[in-house]
Amino acid sequence: MKPRHQKLLAIALSLAGLGVAVALVLNAFQNNLVFFFSPSQVMRGEAPVDRTFRIGGMVEEGSVKREADGLTVRFVVTDTAHTVPVVYKGVLPDLFKEGKGVVAEGRLGPDGLFTATQVLAKHDENYMPPEAAHAIEQAQKAQQTLVKP
Amino acid sequence: MIPELGHFALILALLLALVQGVLPIVGAQRGNATLMAVARPAAHGQFVFVLLAFAALAYAFLTNDFSVENVARNSYSKLPEVYRFTATWGSHEGSLLLWTLILGVWTVAVTVYSRHLPEDMAARVIGVMGLVSVGFLAFMLFTSNPFLRLTPAVPEGNDMNPLLQDPGMVIHPPMLYMGYVGFSVAFAFAVAALLSGKLDAAWARWSRPWTTVAWMFLTLGIALGSWWAYYELGWGGWWFWDPTENASFMPWLAGTALIHSLAVTEKRGVFKTWTVLLAITAFSLSLLGTFLVRSGVLSSVHAFATDPGRGVFILAFLGVVIGGSLLLYAWRAPRLVSGGGFTWFSREALLLGNNVFLMAAMGTVLLGTLYPLFMDAMGLGKISVGPPYFNAVFIPLMTPVLFLVAIGPLVRWRGDDLPALAMRMRWAFAVALVTAALLPLTLDGMNLWASLGLFLALWILFGVLTGFLERLKNAPGGLLGKLATLPRSFWGMQIAHAGLAVVVIGATVVSNYEEHRDVRMNVGDYVDLAGYRFLFMGTHPVEGPNYSAMRGTVEVFRNARKVATVHPEKRRYHASGMVMTEAGIDYGVFRDVYVSLGEPLSDSEWVVQVYYKPFVGWLWGGAFLLALGGGLAASDRRYRIALRRNTEAMATAAQGTRA
Repeated sequence: MKPRHQKLLAIALSLAGLGVAVALVLNAFQNNLVFFFSPSQVMRGEAPVDRTFRIGGMVEEGSVKREADGLTVRFVVTDTAHTVPVVYKGVLPDLFKEGKGVVAEGRLGPDGLFTATQVLAKHDENYMPPEAAHAIEQAQKAQQTLVKP
Repeated sequence: MIPELGHFALILALLLALVQGVLPIVGAQRGNATLMAVARPAAHGQFVFVLLAFAALAYAFLTNDFSVENVARNSYSKLPEVYRFTATWGSHEGSLLLWTLILGVWTVAVTVYSRHLPEDMAARVIGVMGLVSVGFLAFMLFTSNPFLRLTPAVPEGNDMNPLLQDPGMVIHPPMLYMGYVGFSVAFAFAVAALLSGKLDAAWARWSRPWTTVAWMFLTLGIALGSWWAYYELGWGGWWFWDPTENASFMPWLAGTALIHSLAVTEKRGVFKTWTVLLAITAFSLSLLGTFLVRSGVLSSVHAFATDPGRGVFILAFLGVVIGGSLLLYAWRAPRLVSGGGFTWFSREALLLGNNVFLMAAMGTVLLGTLYPLFMDAMGLGKISVGPPYFNAVFIPLMTPVLFLVAIGPLVRWRGDDLPALAMRMRWAFAVALVTAALLPLTLDGMNLWASLGLFLALWILFGVLTGFLERLKNAPGGLLGKLATLPRSFWGMQIAHAGLAVVVIGATVVSNYEEHRDVRMNVGDYVDLAGYRFLFMGTHPVEGPNYSAMRGTVEVFRNARKVATVHPEKRRYHASGMVMTEAGIDYGVFRDVYVSLGEPLSDSEWVVQVYYKPFVGWLWGGAFLLALGGGLAASDRRYRIALRRNTEAMATAAQGTRA
């Protein structure tokens, strides 16, 4: 093969690889990006009903209730302005606690109950999941602007 | 006093790194032998001072000097001694110091094993490594000083993150950094070649063993990290596509492409510009990986972006290294002339295909890792890109790579005959296909993903076998004699490829056939899973050195015979109050059984998680084979012979001038 043809082959192969990669990425982005919504946004109806998304905030004090099977847990996520009730079946992470930050992934039912498939809490006691911190910050900002005349 | 000495040693190391980075390169450009001769002593001096700084920090940790902020935040007086030592690199500052120390180790290794290189080449390589070191030392001294004092001193430290108090985490970071930093040697060789304009087969032969050794360490580091996550995080996952994992996986993918591209450049003198670009990419991704994990950008984009010190410095440093080397590349690369020709069906072409797909896969991981950060930084909303995205793009892109792994080594350089190869491999193809189709059917019904993974793994194994058989047929002597004549590079390649097949088998089987249950258990309760019976015997309190724990006992039976007793724990660490789950695992060649404690429901009742993990150990066994193959290939005779011959020639030349 002449050098010119080699170059052509290299370019053709790269373009093919790039094309496949781009097609896969676009397709996967379409289906698998998980968006984040704060409880306030959920209350305003901004969150999708037919799609998995994440909510985050603090676990409201005194809201954690365990059902008789020992595995199903109900709790309330709050951003200090609004709340979303959550139900989750499974083992909670070690750092899940009332009054601490939490992020849950799942779907919102028509009754406003969020059914979580995954509850995330990170590896550090003092660490607030960034999404949860963001939600609380936004809610507090919104409240402050409301209080101002 | 000792911390101040450490700080001072770091400053001296920075000055020496500047000397090491500037004078030899200037000397090499001007042909000035005196300036070039500065390279080695400056590198040795710099290493000694970085080592002193590291020793000073380790001393502060070992003696519980809580007047040092870094120690107060990351250690604890009741922490076992070995963890007090490893806490040295547990923090952001300490890990940068470890990075710089390992860079020093690699640089010293280069000064020792580069005596056969032309003097200007060695001077440039050591100089470039010195410049990288300047960046890290300056970053530490100006924004992340590990020796900062705390006034007033505190009586007790905050403790090391309990997750890191583990033997796996003791060796994981040094291994990973040996890999990251090792790619700086390939990078330095590439930049040196671009500076000198001399980029030939000899350049590739010099770079190859260094790159392969770095890749070997990175492979071990990633495997250790994955194993640690498996037993430490308490739910038996082994790969999460978490940004911290992706950070180490991207340089691995680029490094894998690089060692294959270097092979082509060495043997055939083609793909030179591509190989140089890969060397730059692999090291750039190593830097990106280090900073992604260590800068805090993952936990808060905003804190990072608005931090006038660290954030700006990191972006500027990445900009200088990546931008500078790419500029140099754009300026110099067009001058490089490529060697001989090849046809579309040749080993060159197949390795090019492997490179394209590896880099495409790397690109999709990069995109999935950085895109959420980018969106967040731009204020365009918070999103997360999870395993479904990565699985959807990564598996299809790796499938052609795995397919090519089997045949690449069987195809000749320059050009080969496709129908003839099809004949050579027809039985392998048929057997792999039929086995892969039937095996899942007998287990659990049709499962296309399991069949695909098994087919690719078997196909690679048969390719390896064919490679051995064909090499042995043409060699003289008995079987053992024949095997002994095979060069180590051949063994290395085949063992690494077989290791890849083993990893694929492990990943396929455990992903498709693992079983899991969360159950509420009281003393004497049992649960059945995958043919095993788990009998919960209750828990009792245990006191560790810096934690209190509830220790469970679970007996595992199979066919009414006891096969194992495991002890999962729930620990509470005193200093931080953090609760941690320690899994109880019975390891086996073909399966692990894995038990961890969830929450206590009453004094004797717990939520217990039980897992059956078939073939999960093959993931790490295969990774070990990959690394072993890399080690064998790097120790091939021809590198050592080339080294000895050059050294002898130089010794003779030196004697000649003396006489």
